[in-house]
Amino acid sequence: MDEAVAAVEAALAAGAAYADARVMVTRAEAMSAQNAEIEDMRRSESSGVGVRALIGSSWGFFAVADLSPAAVRRAGERAAETAQASARVPGPALELAPVPPVVDHWESACREDPLSVSLSEKGDLLVESTRAALASGAQLAQGSYRIWDTDKAFASSQGSRISQRIRECGAEMSATAVGDSETQRRSYPGIRGQYGTQGWELIRSLDLVANAARVGEEAVALLSAPPCPEATTDLILGSEQMALQIHESVGHATELDRILGWEAAFAGTSWLDLSQMGSLRFGSELMNITADASLPGALGSFGYDDEGTPAHRVDIVKDGIWVGVLSGRDSAALAGIPAGGMVRADGHDRIPMVRMTNIGLLPGPHSLEQMVAETSDGILMDTNRSWSIDDRRLNFQFGCEIAWEIKDGRRGRMLRNPTYTGISPKFWGSMDMVGGQAELIYWGTPNCGKGQPMQIGHTGHPAVPCRFRGVRVGVR
Amino acid sequence: MTSDTQADAATLADRVLDRIGSRAEAAVTVSTVHDGLTRFANSFIHQNVGDEHVLVSLELVSDGRPAAASTSILDDDSLTRLVDGALATASLRPVDPSWAGLCPPTAPHFNQVHYDPATAAIGPAQRAEVVQGFVEAGAGLEAAGYCQTTTVESLLVNSLGQRVSDRTTMAVIDGIHRQGRADGCASAATSRFADLDGHRVGTEAARRARAAAEPIELAAGRYEVVLDPRCVAYMMDFFTVYGFNARAVQEGRSFVSVGEMQMDPSVSIWDDAGDPRHLGPSYDSDGTPKARLDLVSSGLTVGVTHDRRTAAKSGVTSTAHAVPGGAGMGALASNLFLGPASGPGVPHTELVAGVQRGLLVSDFWYTRVLDPKTLVVTGLTRNGVFVIEDGALGPAVSNLRFTQSPVAALAPGHVLGVGDDGTLAPGGLHFAWNHAPSLRLEQWAFTGNASG
Repeated sequence: MDEAVAAVEAALAAGAAYADARVMVTRAEAMSAQNAEIEDMRRSESSGVGVRALIGSSWGFFAVADLSPAAVRRAGERAAETAQASARVPGPALELAPVPPVVDHWESACREDPLSVSLSEKGDLLVESTRAALASGAQLAQGSYRIWDTDKAFASSQGSRISQRIRECGAEMSATAVGDSETQRRSYPGIRGQYGTQGWELIRSLDLVANAARVGEEAVALLSAPPCPEATTDLILGSEQMALQIHESVGHATELDRILGWEAAFAGTSWLDLSQMGSLRFGSELMNITADASLPGALGSFGYDDEGTPAHRVDIVKDGIWVGVLSGRDSAALAGIPAGGMVRADGHDRIPMVRMTNIGLLPGPHSLEQMVAETSDGILMDTNRSWSIDDRRLNFQFGCEIAWEIKDGRRGRMLRNPTYTGISPKFWGSMDMVGGQAELIYWGTPNCGKGQPMQIGHTGHPAVPCRFRGVRVGVR
Repeated sequence: MTSDTQADAATLADRVLDRIGSRAEAAVTVSTVHDGLTRFANSFIHQNVGDEHVLVSLELVSDGRPAAASTSILDDDSLTRLVDGALATASLRPVDPSWAGLCPPTAPHFNQVHYDPATAAIGPAQRAEVVQGFVEAGAGLEAAGYCQTTTVESLLVNSLGQRVSDRTTMAVIDGIHRQGRADGCASAATSRFADLDGHRVGTEAARRARAAAEPIELAAGRYEVVLDPRCVAYMMDFFTVYGFNARAVQEGRSFVSVGEMQMDPSVSIWDDAGDPRHLGPSYDSDGTPKARLDLVSSGLTVGVTHDRRTAAKSGVTSTAHAVPGGAGMGALASNLFLGPASGPGVPHTELVAGVQRGLLVSDFWYTRVLDPKTLVVTGLTRNGVFVIEDGALGPAVSNLRFTQSPVAALAPGHVLGVGDDGTLAPGGLHFAWNHAPSLRLEQWAFTGNASG
């Protein structure tokens, strides 16, 4: 904490109207296996301080890995100098939405320290799961896990002094069958695995080995399955694909920095207009989306965001009406709303920016079994395979690894290469069945790219299976 | 490297190798990075960032058991932890049968083809000046984008005696001007900051934005197209990762088949880190010095990109395309060129003039692979699409979704013209900048319009 405080003091002395600093120490570990052999094993350590200084209309940010007293003071000074340089192309002065200063420590819950589990046990898990997938006929079986253990110390010129320890981990496996003209892949538990702010107990709960043979068999079977037909039909999505649907078409669309145009040149903007918040219909009345950074164990959870705002729940879509955004202190002030507490950076060397926390769909009154039983003609798709959406987060086309025909309330034959497309509010407006609490999974996405320089965010997406009516599928 | 940085890096590498002693074979890479990026949106600078760090990366092999680790913490305890941790990891692994050994010593190698000392000294004030030029060129249009300067000095030393080093600089201005919902983009990337002309790039973006105003909606379908260099460079990242990557070829996941005419005879593709028009380091993460590699020669597939591991598996030598942490990704080309197989190419105006009815596409966006083997991808257009009728540019068109294999689009007989306007532009997977010209293609499959 001393380094963060010193950096803030240096920035203020150099002219900053406001400054904050994060010292981060991160230990990471990753292992991957292919076809029953360990392929790669890496460990990394990084530390440093990132200082943010606000002068006029611009943030200046500077980061150094060196945590010596002289280096952290220089980082504070450079942050202020960098902000001052922006005055050549100035905008309106930035304000910050108020957040009470906090002195606190927070840690994510962790029953089994993932970095303390023996490497041999971890290796055995990946070797055995990929061996089982190979035995089922797939040509390529891959498995991996990743672990992050991060200590953060945050200090602001308004008096916050917050330390946090956040442990995250997760794992994934896949089987690929190679055909003459195409490949088919099945992943477990999803294309991005499953990740959370938990210990190794999360990875144990996935039971990769027990699911490996099924995954391999499905990959092989997909090679000879008929293709998903081109049609407009009823579509049931499994919860893993729903997590992607929420992430891409709701999470990014409701990021306030995008709505304000701050990401216009790269990540893009949003089809949402702030003047319509509170009245615009985003989806059907069954659509209730929240941003909740306080969910225990979910990947987008923390005690405080990287501006010192405490984790809390914010309604984003309520009964189908758009009511909230993902924001930080600067963007919230411009929108005239309270600070959302959704600003994070992926390391000490990156400026904090608006990131999704846990953006999830609240459970509804139905079940997957009921959705299938009540569909006379439709398609059930699961496990994301491809994702593409326009820069306003309106027009999307998503592909899944696997699908099944639904006829007269029964799940029928397997279909390969399923895709569906839509326009966000029309698509969400067609949602007429939402899975219940028993089917709720806190999916974790460890690879959300945004910002320049690029940052990789960790986000959570509570999701349940849902049914949508009249969706265009089988797009080629 | 500057003498101080080079000496510091060498000392760091020696400190790591000394700790390993005879317990393992090892390669140590020390990278010293100075990065600055100035972002602007709504026509003003809103984020302005800088970062300095040194990263020590270690790859070691003990009795055939490899492990890797890295740290940005440079004190003695951290370096000891780095080494001990990697040795402990290696001891728990089985022997890796695909380990191809460290890079043997080559001729002394110190490269600075892509280095400019003046660029290494650039700060936020000079970047702001370039941004100012870009913004003012819009004359009232709304501007957004970034200006970045990066200096990387790196050294790789291994226990076989290989020692390679280089230093590189990069300077980029990349942005859009906006008129309503119509965007026009332009960019420039170079190793010399002095070559960046924010006003010139901004003028081009503004011209495109004004031309893209009031777009009409067009029905989905197959259209003849002229793809601007930005579109072609975008797709080249997909060729790199999913196509010419030897690992993808070995695993049967790639379209690439050496010895087959897989592209139009008018097109060649090659990788050349030594070409001053490109950017980046002169050796790969194995420590193998880079050299020009032909991948497609007049439509004929002639090569794939190898690291030491894939090369050993195929019984060939590495082509110096190892990437950090790349055992899982394979071997990737980061200095790719696509150009006319012969001659200088055709002016952009002539490419457009040859089209009876088609579309001019400025940029692609958010493109993902539907099938890696056929390289069918889906994505969207961005930053301007225009009707071409009877060889003349017509009205702007709303953004379109496409579902198309770029390999099929460049297949023999499908390329109707190759531009003379080759330039560096960002790849679509954010992997590399690629050097590409405009292309006139017989058809491109658009599968949806703005209405879905």
